[in-house]
Amino acid sequence: MSLTAWIINGFAAIGLLAALYADRERGVRAVKRGLFSFFRILPTVLTIIVIIGLLLGFVPPETIRQFVGDQSGMAGVFLTGTIGSVLHIPSIVAFPLAASFLDMGATISIVAVFVTTLTMIGVVTLPLEVRELGWRFAALRNGLSFLGAILIAVVMGAIL
Amino acid sequence: MDEEKRAKILRSWGYFGLIVAVGVGLLVLYPGHREAVFASTQSYLVEMALILPAVMVLLGLFNEWVPDDVIVRYLGEQSGVSGLGLAIVLGSTPTGPLYVALPIAADLIEKNARIANIVVFLTAWACLKLPQELVELQFLGWKFMSLRLVLTSIVAVGMGLLIEAILRAELNDPGDEPF
Repeated sequence: MSLTAWIINGFAAIGLLAALYADRERGVRAVKRGLFSFFRILPTVLTIIVIIGLLLGFVPPETIRQFVGDQSGMAGVFLTGTIGSVLHIPSIVAFPLAASFLDMGATISIVAVFVTTLTMIGVVTLPLEVRELGWRFAALRNGLSFLGAILIAVVMGAIL
Repeated sequence: MDEEKRAKILRSWGYFGLIVAVGVGLLVLYPGHREAVFASTQSYLVEMALILPAVMVLLGLFNEWVPDDVIVRYLGEQSGVSGLGLAIVLGSTPTGPLYVALPIAADLIEKNARIANIVVFLTAWACLKLPQELVELQFLGWKFMSLRLVLTSIVAVGMGLLIEAILRAELNDPGDEPF
């Protein structure tokens, strides 16, 4: 087990103990909620992991690198950002998927823009956003989020 | 559990069955890829299994202790720099997808909360969730995770101020209808 996994589990254990100590009933309720979410997300998580396995096992890295490797440049970043904006998958499974891109030879910028657009921009939730907050707000937020995601990706690519 | 949620979960299992069937078919046709597919599936499965229960417990704890009305109460009152910081914290602690946050944001606009705060709150809600950050930490490492966290916070605040300025300029423009 990696250090990161230990830290995450330790974090959860401390949180849980503190919660049970503070209010036993609410603590138990929180665990039940967590369990429910776990079983709700489980099929999605398993699906993504199988997709990752098939991608890594079947698609030759050279093919991936052509699209999202070093030589893909800004076009690759924009393309990935557009895909990330349209796709609608939970962020918990977005990270392992992004990590598999990295395994396949994608650049840091590509992975960053994918994760950021995936979470920040919702083409699927856009109609609801327009209805709740007005089209100006929704257009500005999603449009600027796209530019922001590109900016974050470029800076991360330059630093890491 | 209501009918709609049950149907959704069943559908998710259906997708899983479908992709497994596709995978099995591919591996029967191309047995040479078996080892590579099994190895990478296994490694990702183990990495996920090690943290998913912990992440879900944390989700449950946040869910139980940070209810939506607390957010509205705090964010509706705050302004200035502390308000922007608070918007990040309040956006990143509760759980749930973005569509849960949209009605909250609409409610905040009605209560005349600062536009910048609302944008920052929505951005943090969308991509700075604490339990999710732990998954990012596990799969992409602490450098990637912390740098993206910092940059996203900066971008969120800049975006909030910009959108606020644009919408305010439009509101002051007499030829334009209010949004």
